[in-house]
Amino acid sequence: MSAERADDYEAVIGLEVHTELSTATKLFCGCPNEFGAEPNTNVCPVCLGLPGSLPVLNEAAVEYALRLAAALGFRVPERSIFARKNYFYPDMPKDFQISQYEEPILADGSLDVEGVSIGIERAHLEEDTGKTVHVGGGGRIHEADHSLVDYNRAGVPLMEIVSRPDLRSAEQARGYVTELRGVLHSLGLSDVKMEEGSLRVDANVSVRKVGSSDLGTKVEVKNMNSLRSIGRAIDFEIERQVVQVEAGERVVQETRHWDEADGRTHGMRTKEGSSDYRYFPEPDLVPLAPTDEQRQHAAASLPELPAARRARLAADWDLADDQARVLVDVDGLADYAEAAVLALTAGTRRDVALWCTGDMLAYLREVGASPAVLPLPPDGLAELIALVADGTISRGQAKDVLGECLREPRRPKQVVEERGLAQVSDEGELARFVDAVIADHPDEVAAYRAGDEKERKKKFGFLMGEAMKATRGQGNPQLLRRLLEENLG
Amino acid sequence: MTAVEIARDVRAGTRRARDVLEEHLARVDEREAEVHAFNLVLTDEARNAADAIDAAVAAGADPGPLAGVPVAVKDNLCTRGVPTTCGSRILDGWCPPYTATVLERISAAGGVVVGKTNCDEFAMGSSTENSAFGPTRNPHDVRRVPGGSSGGSAAAVVAGFAAVGLGSDTGGSIRQPASLCGVVGVKPTYGRVSRSGLVAFASSLDQVGPFASTVADAALVLDVIAGPDPLDSTSVAETPPSTTDALSAGVEGLRVGVVEELTDTDGVQPEVRAAVESAAAALAHAGAKVERVSTPSARYGISAYYLIAPAEASSNLARYDGVRYGLRVDAEDVATMNARTRAAGFGEEVKRRIMLGTYALSAGYYDAYYRKAQRVRTLIIRDFARVYESCDVLVAPTSPTVAFPLGARTDDPLAMYLSDVCTVPSSLAGHASMSVPFGTGEAGLPVGVQVLAPALAEPIMFRAAAALEAAAP
Ligand SMILES: [Zn+2]
Repeated sequence: MSAERADDYEAVIGLEVHTELSTATKLFCGCPNEFGAEPNTNVCPVCLGLPGSLPVLNEAAVEYALRLAAALGFRVPERSIFARKNYFYPDMPKDFQISQYEEPILADGSLDVEGVSIGIERAHLEEDTGKTVHVGGGGRIHEADHSLVDYNRAGVPLMEIVSRPDLRSAEQARGYVTELRGVLHSLGLSDVKMEEGSLRVDANVSVRKVGSSDLGTKVEVKNMNSLRSIGRAIDFEIERQVVQVEAGERVVQETRHWDEADGRTHGMRTKEGSSDYRYFPEPDLVPLAPTDEQRQHAAASLPELPAARRARLAADWDLADDQARVLVDVDGLADYAEAAVLALTAGTRRDVALWCTGDMLAYLREVGASPAVLPLPPDGLAELIALVADGTISRGQAKDVLGECLREPRRPKQVVEERGLAQVSDEGELARFVDAVIADHPDEVAAYRAGDEKERKKKFGFLMGEAMKATRGQGNPQLLRRLLEENLG
Repeated sequence: MTAVEIARDVRAGTRRARDVLEEHLARVDEREAEVHAFNLVLTDEARNAADAIDAAVAAGADPGPLAGVPVAVKDNLCTRGVPTTCGSRILDGWCPPYTATVLERISAAGGVVVGKTNCDEFAMGSSTENSAFGPTRNPHDVRRVPGGSSGGSAAAVVAGFAAVGLGSDTGGSIRQPASLCGVVGVKPTYGRVSRSGLVAFASSLDQVGPFASTVADAALVLDVIAGPDPLDSTSVAETPPSTTDALSAGVEGLRVGVVEELTDTDGVQPEVRAAVESAAAALAHAGAKVERVSTPSARYGISAYYLIAPAEASSNLARYDGVRYGLRVDAEDVATMNARTRAAGFGEEVKRRIMLGTYALSAGYYDAYYRKAQRVRTLIIRDFARVYESCDVLVAPTSPTVAFPLGARTDDPLAMYLSDVCTVPSSLAGHASMSVPFGTGEAGLPVGVQVLAPALAEPIMFRAAAALEAAAP
């Protein structure tokens, strides 16, 4: 396909984001909502769907939804209702999922992504399913000897957030997910960990000729486990559809799985009758009707959202927009930086941001860690910055010190001391070194005094190097330079 | 002896709970083989409970308002560590790890659970013939059905196996067997009694309620089991007023309506219609103002009911899939295992209703069936609201007929469904209603008159019921 042809088309993308809410307990029972417990330990008659058990709504989940409403401008209808989504699956204890269908708790929100407002059609609450583990046959269902089900996740609250088809590129889709993750995280609604499955994204992708207002046939893409795979999968899917349309073929409405390994989406064989979930209102729960008090409380307790934080940091800390973006978009980095700023005794907030988005972020990416687990606490970074600011060590030395402090629990001052890195800034002491250098190199001194501009520069550099060598590299360079200049007069 | 008398004597220490229990167990020994009221008699557990009550009384404690009263419990109420079958093979071997809220309340009030009573499978039926464990027979005539689905509890009370019983009523499953067995049966307002631990048939309709030989006994049990429960989101938050206290209030000035559509309709036996008329006359005689009222939409009740209840049932019963508990018929893959388990575990009527309900909810049929049935439900509620502007309570037949012979309707599901024609409107409205014995009909068999009241109006319903009981022939 030629580049010109591709430019004739635009993609129309809508995203469905499922996020596990980090409430203390499950959506309809009192079982702990935690990741990684021993299989089938966080279960009770309700989340196991035992006969006679009844769901009771966890009000915390409603509060979480109301917070999201306040953050993204959702309308919260007077009442919404739960519905049953009926289908048989072994990891779903009741063989129906309690979800919301015709009347969701949140409607008509929006999210600003790099200056473009992306519509969000709805957000609703639903319960998660358990997990099936296939034993034998390498974990593949058709070759497995038997399957085991862990119901710890069954009943964990999920929020499904459905965007309008307002996104036009994979890049923008990534931006949307990044921004939404940031919002969910700053609201304290979810861990938003895609690897652990607490944030799952499905994409509806279609293509059309630029300028057309028709919607092409939409394909649902699933199984994207990282921001990167969201971008790759959507790009692949757009190109696949454009090629198909260009070849005069029809795009089939279907669900396709992204395969990270081969970098392609694959059609799934559609299951017979899988689309009829026979939704009907959940008779075991009463309509959900948030009170004015609940609504006001949620709106009043709203924390600073990522966009506002970026703007504040850029303005107050004197940062470029993309520096502020990196600081805020990387999980926990801005929190770390703000804590370091609070501990700052010398140096600037900008210094903090530059260290955080520079050497520190490079290290975090290299080892795949988050700022929260670094052995160097934020006040340690503040200490390092102060050591540079007061001239104790040079910036170059500080890089080495930081490198060591990121790997082991050491304080910067401790490292500087042990390595004897502290600069000599005592003027009397440095003057003796300068005197000795001048005494030891009379020829160079003479050549300096007699030389032209170029010669003087050369000889000065030599003498400066000798003086620094004499201090074993610990002399304060600015001071040393001044003393030498004075002496050579 | 009535439950009120048993509790009074046991609390006073003039009668031992254990003696009361043994009298009832002796009658079980005598007649249970022909009646088959129970799926399980809890002889040892009941004896232990009775002894504990006697010990408490001896120690000066008050065991509560149901002290020593033997209670027969429908086998769709969960009992911790005790098999709970719902009359189905699919729950084979399952013992719930918890006890239903109503049973916790019965025990806390000093009641003694005698056994788990037979019922139509998952409460689907009107004769207790749809049980996987064989039919229950009517103690008045063992060739006839006791009604259903709570036929076992009704039979247990009339046979003297227990002083009172608990059943569940979805479209008439307490009132109709009460009528056919000649006992009092109460369907409380939806939400008045907790459903926690009641195995669901149709969640928006199911209610637990008592069977008793007298209106006062029924009130005693209802007062114990009613009230809010945090485990049931649909339970009414308000603390219920005492129905016992309302019994002596009389019916002077009470406005009573005779529901035309339920009384003068095809299929209602002449003796049944006559019983309703004479009940109305008796109330008028006792000081009530009686008029005839019309609720036209009640005619569509049975059609709406047989869409809504199966729709909910098709979803509620999906969980019996062989994966976690109960019966499992193994197969090479999960879907086949599910299908074989359900094919082997469910009886014919349950399968019929699951298919009916699945169909009613299917894409393309939902609006025509389920949604339309919900509209009928709204119309019925409106019709009732209108007549309750001029009436405090309504009367109507409970069952169109007296107890029918075993097998008479098993081959004709529609005829069986029509057993509920007079009871489903109140169920769909979520209102209170009860059946009170009022004379006899064909073959000298008991006839019940239904008293209907608005939501949460149990006290006024019991006033009318007490007056009917006093005037009954
Ligand atoms: Zn649980």
